Amino acid sequence: MTEQAGEAMTPLIDNAASRPPAGTLRRRARPQSRWWTVWLFLLPALLLFLYFKFIPMFAGIQMSFQKVRPFLGNEWVGWSNYTAVLNDSRFHDAIVHTLILGFGQSIGAVIGGLVLALLLEGASKTLWFVRTAAFLPVVTATAVIGEVWRIIYFPAPNGFLNSVLGTVGLDPVRWLEDPAVALYSVMAVGIWQGAPYNMVIFLAGLAGVDRSLYEASAIDGAKLRHRLWYVTLPALRPAMTIVLVLAAVRSLRVFTDVWVLTGGGPAGATDVWMTRIYSLGFERNQMGIASAASILLLIASVALTALALLITRKRAEK
Amino acid sequence: MSTASAKPRQKRAQVDSSSFDTALGWQPGKKTTALLRAAICAIILFVFAGPIFTIIAGAFDLNPDPTRLTLIPRNPSLENFAVASQRGIWGFFWNSLMIAGIGLLLQIIVAVTAGYALARRKFRGQAIVLGIFLATMMLPEEVVAVPLAVVLGDLPLTGINLRGTIFAVILPVAASAFSILVMAAFMRDIPDEIVEAATIDGASEMRILIEIILPMCKPALGVVAIFGFIGIWDQYLLPIIAANRTSDYMITVALASLRADVQVGTGVLLAGAFLALVPSLIVYLLLQNSLVRGITSGAIKG
Repeated sequence: MTEQAGEAMTPLIDNAASRPPAGTLRRRARPQSRWWTVWLFLLPALLLFLYFKFIPMFAGIQMSFQKVRPFLGNEWVGWSNYTAVLNDSRFHDAIVHTLILGFGQSIGAVIGGLVLALLLEGASKTLWFVRTAAFLPVVTATAVIGEVWRIIYFPAPNGFLNSVLGTVGLDPVRWLEDPAVALYSVMAVGIWQGAPYNMVIFLAGLAGVDRSLYEASAIDGAKLRHRLWYVTLPALRPAMTIVLVLAAVRSLRVFTDVWVLTGGGPAGATDVWMTRIYSLGFERNQMGIASAASILLLIASVALTALALLITRKRAEK
Repeated sequence: MSTASAKPRQKRAQVDSSSFDTALGWQPGKKTTALLRAAICAIILFVFAGPIFTIIAGAFDLNPDPTRLTLIPRNPSLENFAVASQRGIWGFFWNSLMIAGIGLLLQIIVAVTAGYALARRKFRGQAIVLGIFLATMMLPEEVVAVPLAVVLGDLPLTGINLRGTIFAVILPVAASAFSILVMAAFMRDIPDEIVEAATIDGASEMRILIEIILPMCKPALGVVAIFGFIGIWDQYLLPIIAANRTSDYMITVALASLRADVQVGTGVLLAGAFLALVPSLIVYLLLQNSLVRGITSGAIKG
């Protein structure tokens, strides 16, 4: 959930960052201090970022061209780790799963969030309580959510969800064990966790809709569905773009949900990019190939983020 | 979560003006509306909060059946916690608390100092430093997981092996570009006059930061605290790669081993899940408004 949060703030930060810093236009208003003291303030942050972000990233680039052998010293192997990744059919499957999962979860969570926001809009205390409770999946750790959903998805006919299906006369489903179903079961959990987050964004959007437009549309004799289509949805479009873009970028690196729910199984049916990297790097100890796959994931993320920024900038210029 | 607000307006003769308060045109006065809304609320509560409440109920229920979920414990008992504590659940819980507590404190200190430097000082290389922090927001932490495992085992230049200590998780999570940029954005908006007055008093820079600027940053600190906490508590991959033994795990990771343990039932797993849930619930209830502000301020302005 935090990753969503982290990126949700970027537009705000962009705005803030492009403003001139305090004191450039106005009178310099800071205590007289030596030029280097500012670096003392920055030192903790720069050290942490150097050690735990940049050094690992460069080590990753290096390892992606090496055969990593503990105690023996690494051996330079050129592009062969990359060709190993790109020729691996299990990786192809994992990328396809990642895209299906990301696409389904993003769209599903947007629609779910929109429906929740429309249904729960209002100023009453009860609605506030329901909104607060409906938001719980977002703040709960993904591992906890995975465990409870494994119980809900229990494959036997008397499992929770299956017994609900049974009451309406449907056959039990092996939610996480059936290779044809498992990916969609994982997707449903992602939508369930993402929808309330989007609900908060859409609620803020709904609060900003000019009420006189509703009134005017009523005077013009517009029906409710017309009002939703021509007044409400256009007002929510900026929020919707942001939500979709963030979800798309985030979906590439999905890991914990899949890992806790299925571990990538059954028979690799829910394997995604990150679970592949994990299996290769930490279970089969092929750190070089895992690094190459990580660098490819990084390139894909950066490309997608750049594309997303381009699209949102273009929209903003209009 | 009080984002929807009703604006006072004049009543119109023909149409009930309250139907303009919401997109769906709910009319609070009508009885059918009230019934429909109550039914919708009940369904939403069941779907979204129900699974969370089954964790709480199931943790206190002595229930041998792995397929049954309940909202009310039928055989109330603390036995699940007793079994879970034999499996070392309190150790994992303690690991999580220490990592979240120290990690968050460190993250906030780093964010305040770096945010201060970026927002209130002008120096050569400022754009580069800002660019470095912004760039890491594009760098997913998962991408560096594999090489980070190597780096944690042998820190360059110092040769320290952090693996197996809580610092192997604490130090990486303390580096949050998001927190730094939130603090910087907020501090930039503090009026110069206030800081100037203190400068004339002859207060040192550190004192101005702690005694004048920091108390004004409470809204930003709230946002940083709740996002920071949830982010650290949700860690999964990092505690695995940072551990030497399974006893080093955070509670989120340890749940999987409780599940795999054939000698304990679902109730024990839910007792562990309950412990992993409670701190998030407490922090959420305390800082709910900061969370909503953090989510919406970013998304709406863009």
